[in-house]
Amino acid sequence: MTEPLLRITGLVRHFDTRRGLQMLTQPRARHTVHAVDGVSLTLARGETLGVIGESGCGKTTLGRCVVGLTPPGAGRVMLEGRDLLRADAALRQEARRRIQMVFQNPYASLNPRHTVAETVCLPLRVHGLARNRPEAEARAAEMLERVGLRRDHLPRYPHQFSGGQRQRIAIARALVARPDIVVCDEAVSALDVSVQAQILALLAELQAERGIAYLFISHNLGVVGRIADRLAVMYLGLVVEEGPAREVLRKPLHPYAEALVAAAPRARRAEAPPRRLPGEPPSPLDPPGGCRFHPRCPHAMARCATEVPVLRPQGAGRSVACHLHG
Amino acid sequence: MTPLLAITGLRTEFATREGLVVAVDGVDLEVLAGECLGVVGESGSGKTATFLSILGLLAPPGRVAAGRAVFDGEDLLAMPEDRLRRHRGRDIALTFQDAHTALNPALTVEEQITEALLAHRTADGASAARARALELLRLVGIPDAARRLGAFPHQFSGGMRQRVMIAIALACRPRLLIADEPTSALDVTVQAQVLDLIAALRAELGMGVVLITHDLGVVAEHCDRVAVMYAGQIVESGPVAAVLAAPRHPYTQGLLASVPWMEALDAPLTAMPGSVPRLVDLPPCCRFRERCPVAIPACAAPIAMRGDTHQARCVHA
Repeated sequence: MTEPLLRITGLVRHFDTRRGLQMLTQPRARHTVHAVDGVSLTLARGETLGVIGESGCGKTTLGRCVVGLTPPGAGRVMLEGRDLLRADAALRQEARRRIQMVFQNPYASLNPRHTVAETVCLPLRVHGLARNRPEAEARAAEMLERVGLRRDHLPRYPHQFSGGQRQRIAIARALVARPDIVVCDEAVSALDVSVQAQILALLAELQAERGIAYLFISHNLGVVGRIADRLAVMYLGLVVEEGPAREVLRKPLHPYAEALVAAAPRARRAEAPPRRLPGEPPSPLDPPGGCRFHPRCPHAMARCATEVPVLRPQGAGRSVACHLHG
Repeated sequence: MTPLLAITGLRTEFATREGLVVAVDGVDLEVLAGECLGVVGESGSGKTATFLSILGLLAPPGRVAAGRAVFDGEDLLAMPEDRLRRHRGRDIALTFQDAHTALNPALTVEEQITEALLAHRTADGASAARARALELLRLVGIPDAARRLGAFPHQFSGGMRQRVMIAIALACRPRLLIADEPTSALDVTVQAQVLDLIAALRAELGMGVVLITHDLGVVAEHCDRVAVMYAGQIVESGPVAAVLAAPRHPYTQGLLASVPWMEALDAPLTAMPGSVPRLVDLPPCCRFRERCPVAIPACAAPIAMRGDTHQARCVHA
């Protein structure tokens, strides 16, 4: 089997939340957020992998580890078989060009003091992709037009644009250096639904044109269902289910995935009210033992409290971490 | 049946440096007792401004330029401030989108719930108010309510804070609850719990509910009727099932086609071209005309709502 574009294995990222004197007085174990706790995933060229889950499940930390914004505590992030965590300066620089990111909030992710030209030219400058300023600006202008903005927007500042336009600028910045992978962290979540549809259409077009792979992180199942080829469902730092996106959403196997799908709003009201998941996701400071979902699970059995279920293949490219599907 | 609240011809203006912004332009709405009315629209469509206007909560330079809002036989917009204060928070309650900023971080939950009860003299003294506060926290499903009464807002999760705000809103047994994006900041599983809670309380207390939201999925599952707003105007209104199954206004049609519905994952999303017009000095024509796929010359004239129970502001309706 050929090596995928991106392979993540056993990724772990914990955060110590103790501050100052607490470092001396408080035990580390009780103050560690288990944001990502052993995640393995692959991403092929031109593919979209959706990552869904609720607040605190670790999906954002996962994305930040992939682009190198957060160093993982353990595990590997491999770009075409080369380990980025043990990379030399040249490979790290190459990875920074080839893996880009689009953030959730276009009001916070653009520098308010930089013009659009400065923002979009920066990746070209950093990676030495343009010989001079006019060439960089020409490439930036071309990129802006490609994302649905105009050349004369170049000298303007972010505050002169709407939320949807700002997200187009952020996409232009991410794509101008011709990356192979773009991590989209809730990239359309802050947008109005009509603007969201426009941006999703743009992302799909750009992918078809340039063969980009997306790691598409979102809490919105409907959005992920439209854009993702494959899907990973995360709960408290772990992937609990993985498989082809639409199959997972149509017939989720893990009880948590099932509850997420049942809670997602639909156009037609169900005849019987869907069964709601009780409680809230527990704190990642102190994840429950055994299966992390067992305190909220309607099908929990005795072994779920003690035995950690591993992700097991179920055929047809699907796998699930649940004792019901041993 | 007399409506609980009847808004007619509401017009709200903001005088800005760039010109006069008409945020709400001729809005007519009715809410019946016991029903849930969804008000949907995108950012800046005027859905929140409509309800801040009728409750006298607009911040300057916003002002109500025209209209009536009859609640219980009285016009809220014509009554003096001290009289409006007696209704606000007692007969008509409002919850905000962001419970984190709407709650006072320096007061305990008990103090914030009893404040409403004591201000409106709906509880007899401090101990009765405390008992009612406890009852309310239990009603909205806060576990271990007796102990949590003395807790501060930051000690609750997002979903629990939203419940606390709903408890405050319900303190004086309002006849009308206006919930502004009550679940937009919450995770889907928690969102479903909060909306179920509002539905249960509506059935139990018989209050009318206005659900202001940008989420058509929430409307589909929880509302009886819906009003769709675009650029300060209501462009379509009617029973939820009718509007979602056969939308009459091209904007509603476009909006519905933009929603990534869970049950239609294979249907392509169709993005509407263009964007919402700036609300400064708008001509009196149909406000969707520039983006509309079926616009004709007649759309340049002002257009009234057409239809009976299912209405649309469109020449083709």
